[in-house]
Amino acid sequence: MTRARPIILGAVGVLLIGALWELYKAIAPATGVVIGGVTVLPRSSDLAMPHIATMFLRLGQPVLGDPGSPPLWLAVLQAAGFTLGIAAVSWVIGVVVGMLLAILMQRFRTAESALAPWVILSQTVPIIALAPLVSGFGSQIPGWQDWMSVAVIASYLAFFPVSIGALRGLSSPEVAHVELLHSYAVGWWKTLVRLRLPASVPYLVPALRLAAASAVIGTVVAEVSIGLEGGVGRMMIEFASASSGDPAKPFGPIFGAIAIGLVSAGIVALLGLFLRRYRRSEATS
Amino acid sequence: MKHSTRVVLGMSASVIAAALMLSGCSSSSPTSKTAKGLTKVTLQLQWVPQAQFAGYYAAVANGYYKKEGLDVTIKPAGTDTVPINVVAKGQADYAISWVPKVLGSIAQGVNVTDVAQIYERSGTTQISFKDKGITSPADLAGKKVGSWGYGNQWELFAGMQKAGVNTTSGIKLVQQAFDMKGFLAGDIDAAQAMTYNEYAQVLETVNPKTGKLYQPSDLNVINWNDDGTAMLQDAIWADTNKLKDKTFDATTVKFVKASIEGWVFARDNPAKAAGIVTKAGSTLGTSHQLWMTNEVNKLIWPSTEGIGVIRSSLWDQTVKIAEATKDNTGATIISKAPPASAYSNTYVDEALKELKAEGVDVMGSSWKPITVTLNAGGK
Repeated sequence: MTRARPIILGAVGVLLIGALWELYKAIAPATGVVIGGVTVLPRSSDLAMPHIATMFLRLGQPVLGDPGSPPLWLAVLQAAGFTLGIAAVSWVIGVVVGMLLAILMQRFRTAESALAPWVILSQTVPIIALAPLVSGFGSQIPGWQDWMSVAVIASYLAFFPVSIGALRGLSSPEVAHVELLHSYAVGWWKTLVRLRLPASVPYLVPALRLAAASAVIGTVVAEVSIGLEGGVGRMMIEFASASSGDPAKPFGPIFGAIAIGLVSAGIVALLGLFLRRYRRSEATS
Repeated sequence: MKHSTRVVLGMSASVIAAALMLSGCSSSSPTSKTAKGLTKVTLQLQWVPQAQFAGYYAAVANGYYKKEGLDVTIKPAGTDTVPINVVAKGQADYAISWVPKVLGSIAQGVNVTDVAQIYERSGTTQISFKDKGITSPADLAGKKVGSWGYGNQWELFAGMQKAGVNTTSGIKLVQQAFDMKGFLAGDIDAAQAMTYNEYAQVLETVNPKTGKLYQPSDLNVINWNDDGTAMLQDAIWADTNKLKDKTFDATTVKFVKASIEGWVFARDNPAKAAGIVTKAGSTLGTSHQLWMTNEVNKLIWPSTEGIGVIRSSLWDQTVKIAEATKDNTGATIISKAPPASAYSNTYVDEALKELKAEGVDVMGSSWKPITVTLNAGGK
């Protein structure tokens, strides 16, 4: 029963959002609420906010008009799978790079002084400035595929929480513990493996979850930015042209993106289960 | 002391890192051949696959490029792709782009040449509902005028300025998104619309008043071709310096020739061409795709001097507008005329000569558009 509670509450939350959407649509004026020329509440017309039922019905209809084309849900599912794959690659790159940076910064104070500002600064570079650089860079390398550019761009977002979280975690053991190992003449490597890494887990797990969210967002945005075919990002820009004549259609890839987010969060949660014995001191799950 | 050492070390490490990153940026792109002896060629589009580029996709699908000894890869663009920069950096051999946008890049020092002007006419219009009474650019005064910006706004501003409308205080400029919701909701009185895309998006939407789709009779359309402020649009661009190379020079003639064959196919087989584009990965609705193929054909055919020829009168008109028109920020695209190398008819003339010898109709004088019925949502 206690196991099922979070799932039930989660489902209730989703239903509540749906109910709020329909409630707003039912009571708000179709033209929205405009005060002094500024729209303060959005329009609730079918064009701006299609009924949820319409969105789901649309998922069952073919993507194109042609009866031979697959139903929208299948196309979205394939696109979501494609995006999830790239997001997973970018998450792995982000975690590896983030961990290495954290270990380096923990080991050498000079490295921390040199790298920490760059790590923070890196996050102020917008993806739209970075994307053409990375894809241009990649195309110089023989055998480079466009999806790899997307993975690299997304990992650029994903590494950040990992490096910051892991650095805090690696520095978290009490001085007494470190000095104890020191007095045993235990080397740096063994201290890292036996003490610092286990101690970093409570900081690392939330960072991994943040990295997963960043990886998904980064992948979708990078797909839009460089126009990579196959994923939900590209689907969003392609379906935008149908948003007036077929307003429920663009919600398809949005559902796809939500599904990817849920799946990736689930995978990280599973990972957290395996690391459970190190997570005693974690305050927030 | 210790602290400052750390800062100095930190800073020098940062400088080294930056230097390493910059030294990694160098470009080279030798023309390579595939195992079958075909020359590898990359074409950078200015958007995702759609019938706007039907001719190139048809040339790939029907083997026209292969017949000329080319193995062509078509690269779609994303929202942040600047096709001309991709060519300038040597990451693609050719790019499709609008002339005014490229004139701006040329002014900033990019060396590219228009080697074939595929679209002779402009597809940009300003549309409004009949009840707004906007039938000419002068009527835009005092109205909420939609504009996409990003280099898509110049014909609109040229048209208004020609009609004496003050484009800073005389209109209410509205930033238009890439869909027509703002227009349909009344945020915009007159919206920018491509004949082959946004115009159709409106006609695919159900009019809540009638319960049927909006009809062309519901709309007023200002066509910049009629107004005399049209600017040249889709053209094939190549790197000017690379064109000095004899081999690339010959490749360009072949590429232009096969591309034109593709466009001739799209003219004579619009439904098949639309199908090819959909097969290439476009997810536009079936009737929308066919509509786009047909409308794009209208921008090319019938051709005045042969498809792809850069007509000096239209080029000069485009340059003149680019020099004289100020947008809402007060900027013009260019301050002086582009160099003579900005366009060349050498390649397209040669390509047309070969095609004519093969008996291909490159004028389309007797071509008539088909009638396309749009369905709700473009399906």
